[in-house]
Amino acid sequence: MKTFFAFIQKEFRHVLRDKRSLVILFGLPVVMMILFGFALSSEVKNSNVAILDYAQDDASRLLIDRIDQSQYFSVHQKLHSEAEIEQVFRKGQVRLVVIFPQHFQQDLLHSNHVQVRLVGDASDPNTSNIVINYASSIFRDYQNELSNNKKLPYSIETETRMLYNPQLKSSYNFVPGVMTLILMLLGAMMTSVSIVKEKEMGTMEILLVSPMRPLLVVLSKAIPYMVLCFIDVVIILLLAVFLLEMPIRGSLFLLLAESLLFILTTLSLGLLVSSVVDSQQTAMFFSLVGFLMPALVFSGFMFPIENMPLPLRIMSNIVPTKWYYSIVRAIMVKGLGFSYVIKQTLILVGMTVFFLGIAIRKFKIRLA
Amino acid sequence: MRNLFFLLQKEFRQIFRNPTILRMILLMPIIQLIVIPLAADYEIKQISISVVDQDHSPYARKLVQKLTASGYFQLVEYTQSYAQATQTVGDGKTDLILTIPPHFERDLIKLNKGQLYLAADAVNGVRAGLGTAYASQMIGDFNREIREEWMLLPKFNEIPQIEITSANWFNQHFDYHLFMVPGIMAILVTMVGAFLTALNIVAEKEVGTIEQINVTPLKKHEFILGKLIPFWVLGMVSITLGMLIAFVVFRILPVGSYLTVYAFSAVYLLGVLGIGLLISTFADTQQQATLFAFFCMMVFILLGGLYTPIESMPDWAQWLTKANPPAYFIKVIRAVYIKGSTFTDLLPDFFAMVGFAILFNGLAVLNYRKRSA
Repeated sequence: MKTFFAFIQKEFRHVLRDKRSLVILFGLPVVMMILFGFALSSEVKNSNVAILDYAQDDASRLLIDRIDQSQYFSVHQKLHSEAEIEQVFRKGQVRLVVIFPQHFQQDLLHSNHVQVRLVGDASDPNTSNIVINYASSIFRDYQNELSNNKKLPYSIETETRMLYNPQLKSSYNFVPGVMTLILMLLGAMMTSVSIVKEKEMGTMEILLVSPMRPLLVVLSKAIPYMVLCFIDVVIILLLAVFLLEMPIRGSLFLLLAESLLFILTTLSLGLLVSSVVDSQQTAMFFSLVGFLMPALVFSGFMFPIENMPLPLRIMSNIVPTKWYYSIVRAIMVKGLGFSYVIKQTLILVGMTVFFLGIAIRKFKIRLA
Repeated sequence: MRNLFFLLQKEFRQIFRNPTILRMILLMPIIQLIVIPLAADYEIKQISISVVDQDHSPYARKLVQKLTASGYFQLVEYTQSYAQATQTVGDGKTDLILTIPPHFERDLIKLNKGQLYLAADAVNGVRAGLGTAYASQMIGDFNREIREEWMLLPKFNEIPQIEITSANWFNQHFDYHLFMVPGIMAILVTMVGAFLTALNIVAEKEVGTIEQINVTPLKKHEFILGKLIPFWVLGMVSITLGMLIAFVVFRILPVGSYLTVYAFSAVYLLGVLGIGLLISTFADTQQQATLFAFFCMMVFILLGGLYTPIESMPDWAQWLTKANPPAYFIKVIRAVYIKGSTFTDLLPDFFAMVGFAILFNGLAVLNYRKRSA
C-alpha cells in the first residue's frame, strides 16, 4: 500500500510539473463556460437586411425605419433592382431582402390590401426562418395599429408558464453539456494518452518490474486525472452559480457523487483504450472518434436526440454521456431527487464495471 | 532542392507506414460526415404534450383534437391531475402541459372569456419557446373558429391587410443536410490539418529524432516544407473524400465551381498547417500538443458560426471571429456549395486566408528558430 501511494505521488508530480497542460486543463472549462454563457446563442440578432423599395412613400419609409430600429435587424443597404438580390446573398452580406411594391401606401389605405415580399437567404435554414418571422411580426404590429387593436368577444386567454427556467436562460441547457464534455476529454482522452505514452517510450517496462501489481501501476496513473476532473467539475459549478447565476436546485452532494461515478466511467474508458492501443497518436485518434465526437453528438446537448433517425437513437443509448447529461439536468436544473435518476445511475455503474472488466482482462493478457 | 525531395520521400513513407494517420484521413471524414449531419437536425418537430382536462366539455375535446391533428404535437397523456402531468415533465417524457380548467366552455360562451394554462419544460429554452408558440398559434386558430361560429356577422373587411409572402432562396425545402455537410467538411479539413502536423512534429521532438534532423545540413525552410507538403496533400485528399461522401450519401454537389472550392481549400490548408506548426513549437510532448490542438479547435469551432450565427454574438465575440480562420472557411464553403458564390464574390475572405497562412507560418518559423537555437 505504501508503494502504491508513492506511485500516486510520483504521477501527481508528473502531472503538476507540466504547467502548460495544467493551464489548459483548467482554462478549457472556463473558456467554454464563458463562450457558451456570453457569446453563443441561437437567437438571431442584428441581421443585415437589404431593402428594395419601389414605393418610396411615407408608409414604406416608416416601416424601413422600424426594421432598422428593431434589435433584430439593421438595414445594411438599399437595392435598386431584383437582379441585385442574388448578388448580395452570394457575397453573404445580408440575410433578408424586404421588397415593397409600388404604391404601397396608396394601396394599403385605399384598397385595404397590399403585398410585401420577404426573401430570406435559406442557406442557413433556421436563421432564415427566424428572420422572416421577426420581420413579419413588425408588419403585423403595424397592421394592428392601423386597425386600432380592436378588442373582440369570445376571447381565449392563454397564460404561459415556463417551468424550471422562467427566464429561458440557455445556461440551463449547456452547463450540464460542458460538464459532460470536459469530463470525457480529461477522463478518457488524457488518461489513455498518458498511459500509452509510457508504453511508447518504453518506460512502462521499467514500471512493471517494480514490486507493484500491473493493475495498480496503471491505476496510479489514472488517479491524478480523477482529481483534476473533480476540480474541473467544481470550477464549472462555481462558474455556473456565481457567473451565470444558475442555481443548483437539487442536492449538491448527490450531484457531486454522480459526477464521481461518471469520472470513474470515463477513466475506465481511458484505461480500456490504453490497454488495446500502442501509440499516443492512435490513442488520441481513438478517443477523438470514439468518445469525444459521440459525446458531442449523442449527449442531447447540441442536437435533439428525438429528431435523430432510429438507428442513431438506439446508438445514443450506449453512449455514457447521454445518461450523465440527463442525470445532471435532473438534479441541477429540475431539483429532482435520487429516485428520479436511479435508472441512469445503474446504467452508468453497469457500463463502468463492464469497461473496467475488459480493461483489466486485456492488461493481464498483455502484461503476463 | 534535392534535399527537399529526399525529405519528402521519407515523410511520405513514414505517413504510409503509420496506420493511424491513414485511418484518421479515411475514417474521420466518413464517420463525421455521415453521423453528424444525420444527427444535426435541430428543427423542432414533435413536441410531446400532456393535457390536463378538468372541463370535459365538447370544446375541450375539440381543442385537444385540433392540437394532435396538427402534426406538431404528440399526446403523451390525457389526465385530470396537474400533479401527475408535472411528474411526467420531471421524468422528461413531456415538453408541454395544457391545462383546461373547469367551466372553460361555459365561461367562454357566457362570460366571453375563457382561460387556458400552458406550462413548458423550459430546461431547453428554444424548445419551450417554440412549443408554446405553436400551441398559442393553434389556440388562436381555435378561438377564431369559435368566434365565427357565434358571431354571425359577415367578415368585416375594413381592416387594412398587409399580405406577406416570403421566399427562401437557395434552400427552399429547409434541408439541414445541405446546411451542415459543407460546414462539417470545413471542420474536417481543419482537424486533419492542425492535429496531424502538430502531433507529427512533436512526436519527433519527443522521440528525439528531431535532433538528428537538426544536425543534418538541411535548411530550416526545407525542413518545414518537408513537413508541410505531405500534410497539405493529405488535407486536399480529405477534402476530396469529403466532397465525394457529400455526394454519395447526401447527393450534395457544389452549386459553384469546384475550382473555387479547391482554390480556397488550398490556401486555407496552408493556414491550418501553420497553426499545427505553431502548436508544435510550443508543445514538448504529444500530450501537450493534443491538449493545445483540442483547445484551439474547441474555441475555433464554437466561434466559427457552425451552430450559431456569428452576427448574434456580442461585439467582443464577433471581433474574435475575425481572427478565427475556420469562421471564414465555413462561410466560404457554405457559400460556394449552397449559393454558388464565385471567387470574386468571396475575394475579401480569400485575402484573409492568405493573411492567416502568412501569419501563422511566419510565427511558427520565428518561434521554431528561437527554440532550437
